[in-house]
Amino acid sequence: MEVKLSVRRYDPESTNTVPHFQEYQLEMDEAATVLDALIQIREDVDGTLSLRCSCRSAICGSCAMRVNGEAGLACNTKVIDALPSDGTAIVIEPAGNLPVIKDLVVDFQPFWDQVKSIEPWLQPAGEEPEGEYLAPDEDMLHLAGVVSCILCGACVSDCTVLEVDSNFLGPAALAKAYRFVGDPRDDADGKRLKALNEEGGVWDCTRCMKCVEVCPKGVAPMDRIMSLREKVMDAGHTNTNGARHATAFVDSVRHSGWLDELKLPIKSFGIFNLKAMISLIPLAIRSQRAGKVPPLIHKNIPEVENVRRIFDKVENKK
Amino acid sequence: MKYAFYPGCVSRGACPELYTATLEVCNILGIELDEDSLRSASCTGAGVLQEKNLRLGDTLNARTFAMAEKAGLPLMTICSTCQGVMSQANQRLVSDPEYLASINEDLKEEGLEYKGTINPKHLLWIIVEDLGMDFFHSKVVRKLEGLKLAPFYGCYIVRPTEALGFDENPERETSLEAVIEAVGAEVVDFPGKTLCCGFPILTINPKNSVKMVANHTIDAKDRGADAMVTPCPLCHLNLDGYQPNASSAAKRDIDLPIIHLPQLVGLSLGIAPEKMRLNKHIVSTKKLLSELAVAP
Ligand code: FES
Repeated sequence: MEVKLSVRRYDPESTNTVPHFQEYQLEMDEAATVLDALIQIREDVDGTLSLRCSCRSAICGSCAMRVNGEAGLACNTKVIDALPSDGTAIVIEPAGNLPVIKDLVVDFQPFWDQVKSIEPWLQPAGEEPEGEYLAPDEDMLHLAGVVSCILCGACVSDCTVLEVDSNFLGPAALAKAYRFVGDPRDDADGKRLKALNEEGGVWDCTRCMKCVEVCPKGVAPMDRIMSLREKVMDAGHTNTNGARHATAFVDSVRHSGWLDELKLPIKSFGIFNLKAMISLIPLAIRSQRAGKVPPLIHKNIPEVENVRRIFDKVENKK
Repeated sequence: MKYAFYPGCVSRGACPELYTATLEVCNILGIELDEDSLRSASCTGAGVLQEKNLRLGDTLNARTFAMAEKAGLPLMTICSTCQGVMSQANQRLVSDPEYLASINEDLKEEGLEYKGTINPKHLLWIIVEDLGMDFFHSKVVRKLEGLKLAPFYGCYIVRPTEALGFDENPERETSLEAVIEAVGAEVVDFPGKTLCCGFPILTINPKNSVKMVANHTIDAKDRGADAMVTPCPLCHLNLDGYQPNASSAAKRDIDLPIIHLPQLVGLSLGIAPEKMRLNKHIVSTKKLLSELAVAP
């Protein structure tokens, strides 16, 4: 079948150092992957095209890039699935949120720095056992998803927070952190959770689910981040806007059945956080002027006692 | 067509214009809204409650579904976030009968039981799937020609695609564009349309949140958009309410009105802008409306 690919090219050492798209036309087999197409370009059409790959079977994690705007592994994306229905070219770009070295090759240093910073090794307590550190199967089952991570960087590429803040730990490192916090053999939870509670940690995630959607291995990094939030709060770190926001939200639903939009920001910032309180004033004035203020008196939903009873019942189960 | 109406917290709180516009629009489109059967339904949890206790969130949503089921009506939402949270909860409940049975245990006392037959739907999907584009076209009395609109979906109505049924209903992926085209306006496509508006971290990391507002609104504006349209009131709150902050952070004028989906539909159905409280936005819609030659 005939295939058109539009590949983002960038070579800081060439005469044209402005990133640009170059179109290639190929004849490909129905079973071909995007990676097959790129290799064919490099081998038969244009030897200057740079890309990373190795295993060609979604194991090594080296071929993550953006296909039609979304991150994934080139080696497990079939050309036929990526072909736009309107007959235009498949758009191939390097992974996002990482500096481009050349063409589709990005610099993974920031990625490794993030992963390293969460200390991705087991830190057990007590005396070293003679054999392995043993853990019951059932305690390890919940880690089956995270240990599948192949560190390809697809989640980092499309993370909407990293796009505005390179200080964020990012989905890959946070999922890795969960892998150790959730490991029954690891004894560094206290230290780990304290660090994850800092700025750039678990609370900065927007819950946009981009990482869940693009991960080729079902790691679901965002779900791990949410579990870490719960663990951070359970460990007693409740003095952050994030923890206060979650608590205030749940309290509002418990108490009235729905969201009290006036109290929420006040409780999230903490009533004594004067600076943040003052930062709310301009919006309050703008909203007032536009006639856009939530009702001052927050009424409970009818029969709210049913909601409260569910809260009591389910929370007792926990 | 009659639906059990789930308005969500925001349309009854900070975005009353969304509620009003929805009633007006549904009236003309022949969508009958039952406002009673879900009157005592709770918040979906918006994903925040689920962070703390997933089962609690699923129980509250099962309760809402059971109420709609009891009334014998399909359920309509007008919020991308409610849609997503409900779809995700529903997927967990319906795919695991044992889990559903144990959740139903906690609903018993109220005389409720969820049987798993509800398929929550946003007004956007109802227009595209239940009414159909041909019918919708036939109702449009004022073509909004010349208007350039950037779509902004809101994360929860586009991800995760599995829970949202995108495989069975592929038209959902481009539903907002379909409505923009049906009202005669031009779609301004931009990569931010399915990304995060920044609302969930507004009180957690305001700087990042405002940066997201700036990036999306400026990108849409630079691509020629006259306004942005969204099916999500939370996106509206951030993109509209914090646009002045985004503007000063980015040190440039943005001035991009953010229109709720029902307001856009309403304009094409000939509903007067003030009836849909288009004059109650932070970013003024005055210029936009005067270009459309409809009085504000
Ligand atoms: S080449 Fe190894 S994962 Fe794609």
